[in-house]
Amino acid sequence: MIGRVVLAGVLVTAAAVPWLGRDYYATLMLPFFAYSVALLGLNLMFGTAGLLSFGHALFLAVGGYTAAYLGNTLRVRSLEVMLATAMVVAVLVALPVGWLCVRYVRIYFGMLTLAFGMLFYSFLYKFYALTGGDEGIPVARPTLLGHGFVELDKTGYLVGPYYYYSLAVCVLAAIAMWRIVGSPLGLSLRAIRENADKAAYVGVRVRRYRFYAFVIAAVFGAAGGVLLVVPTGLAAPTLAYWTHSGNLVFMLLLGGFGHFFGPVLGAFVFIFLQDQVMSVTEYWRFVFGVVLAAIVIFLPQGLMSLLTRTVDA
Amino acid sequence: MIQVLNLLLGGVFHAAALFLVAAGLQLVFGVQKILNLACGSFYALGAYAGITAVKAALAAGVPAPLFVVVLLAAGVALGVLGPPIERLLRTIYDRDEAFQLLLTFALVLMLEDVMRFVWGAAPYQLGGVYLLYGQVRFGAVSIPVYNFVVIAAGLAIAVGMGVLLTRSRFGAIVRATAENRGMAQALGVNMTRVSSRVFTLGLVLGTVGGALVIPAGAAVNEMGIELIVEAFAVVVIGGLGSMRGAVVGSLIVGVLKAVAIAVYPEAEMLAVYVIVIAVLLLRPAGLFARATA
Repeated sequence: MIGRVVLAGVLVTAAAVPWLGRDYYATLMLPFFAYSVALLGLNLMFGTAGLLSFGHALFLAVGGYTAAYLGNTLRVRSLEVMLATAMVVAVLVALPVGWLCVRYVRIYFGMLTLAFGMLFYSFLYKFYALTGGDEGIPVARPTLLGHGFVELDKTGYLVGPYYYYSLAVCVLAAIAMWRIVGSPLGLSLRAIRENADKAAYVGVRVRRYRFYAFVIAAVFGAAGGVLLVVPTGLAAPTLAYWTHSGNLVFMLLLGGFGHFFGPVLGAFVFIFLQDQVMSVTEYWRFVFGVVLAAIVIFLPQGLMSLLTRTVDA
Repeated sequence: MIQVLNLLLGGVFHAAALFLVAAGLQLVFGVQKILNLACGSFYALGAYAGITAVKAALAAGVPAPLFVVVLLAAGVALGVLGPPIERLLRTIYDRDEAFQLLLTFALVLMLEDVMRFVWGAAPYQLGGVYLLYGQVRFGAVSIPVYNFVVIAAGLAIAVGMGVLLTRSRFGAIVRATAENRGMAQALGVNMTRVSSRVFTLGLVLGTVGGALVIPAGAAVNEMGIELIVEAFAVVVIGGLGSMRGAVVGSLIVGVLKAVAIAVYPEAEMLAVYVIVIAVLLLRPAGLFARATA
């Protein structure tokens, strides 16, 4: 009950942010929505299935570059088409990559995903003709449900229609993931995480379910990637770099992978903390390293465990 | 022919540095079972500290040809960072690998900014000493003698590590710990001390590697996070925890990169990752690890 009240409160607050008149904070919410979508998927792999990917940024880059390529080269303007295409491309990429990766678990899974992520990074970086090399591909303003909103300037577009579009995609992604986690697939994945041998013994197809989780996470990642590049206006190869994957896992852990909304909280805290720290010092990485170390050592269940503990008490 | 030789020597030069970092990675993985992402940052730290040390030494009147000794000393001196960092990692030895990996990622973030704070964001160079030992001419190509010095140093350290691990008491303890931590402890090995020493040794291998190669290039903030992915490729190809694997893996990666740059530059890193993925799929434990690993 408390959970639902809090959730409703958060949604109302999120919807009200553009009305506060502080456009800056509204634009900060945009990467938050994008990362939330991607992290909901990543958490299906890590939190639910227990597989740690250190190359998930690959799929954000797949999404970002698909949107950029559609808009820039093929002159497609519709964000719905971009999202749908990005998700299809993500499935096409995830089928072979996931099929190979889920043959391994633990540290080997992490290493293989990292290798695939860096493989894609060097492809983006080196094949200039297709990907724009280190300059990337610019992302033009897409239309939302057929509307171009040409009367709005860039900020007006981003904190207005695009803001609510992102929020809607984020909510839809959360609902979809909620159903996935509660489905027999989600239950099986949790059983596999707890004890893969026992799960296999009672008839759960371990490798196949891990594969499904991988593909679903890829689709969420690509959708997040599309939402991420529209505000920045650029799809750059650093999207796929391994430190970006590391930051994704950082956000996941910061919020807490054991709770459904942990990754969303993690993305929020990461982005706003980064903004605050960067305004104080250019050495924000150091501060974040300290924060990450402290979380890993003292609070492995993430910030969400603090919140839920307070509510329970 | 001479072009090929030049290419191979370039590859082996890179492989020497790569081997040192990868050896540090292997050692720490063997004993602590932690895949240390910060190994690349140690390499970068060694590079920066090496430049500063040589500049200070030259200013203090140390004869210029001794710069390689100063570089080595700088790398070894950074070993003082080993015990405190190991102390931090010790808090999570019994946790899930995901947390261990993330804690070393936290170290990467911290060390990157420490270097940016101390040495700034602009490339930092050690001009004027690279060609101090002269060059060897083979027809149209000339190769700095210093490259051979680095290759020889890498080789010497590889042999030294081999002797240390297989012939000394310390090596026996390290191998026993890697084999069975609990049993080694039960037999009276002081695990705290072994972990601390092994980690420091691994760190020093990385810092010495960075210090040795830096006369040939410039130190930049990102060099650590770039090199760690290559070192990582080396240990995957060679097999996690295997020293012989580190030697062969770094030669494969170093030479492959050099050849790719000469033949088809677009495929520089692509070629390395393709090999990594192929090895992971065909021999997931690497070329030199036992099947159980």
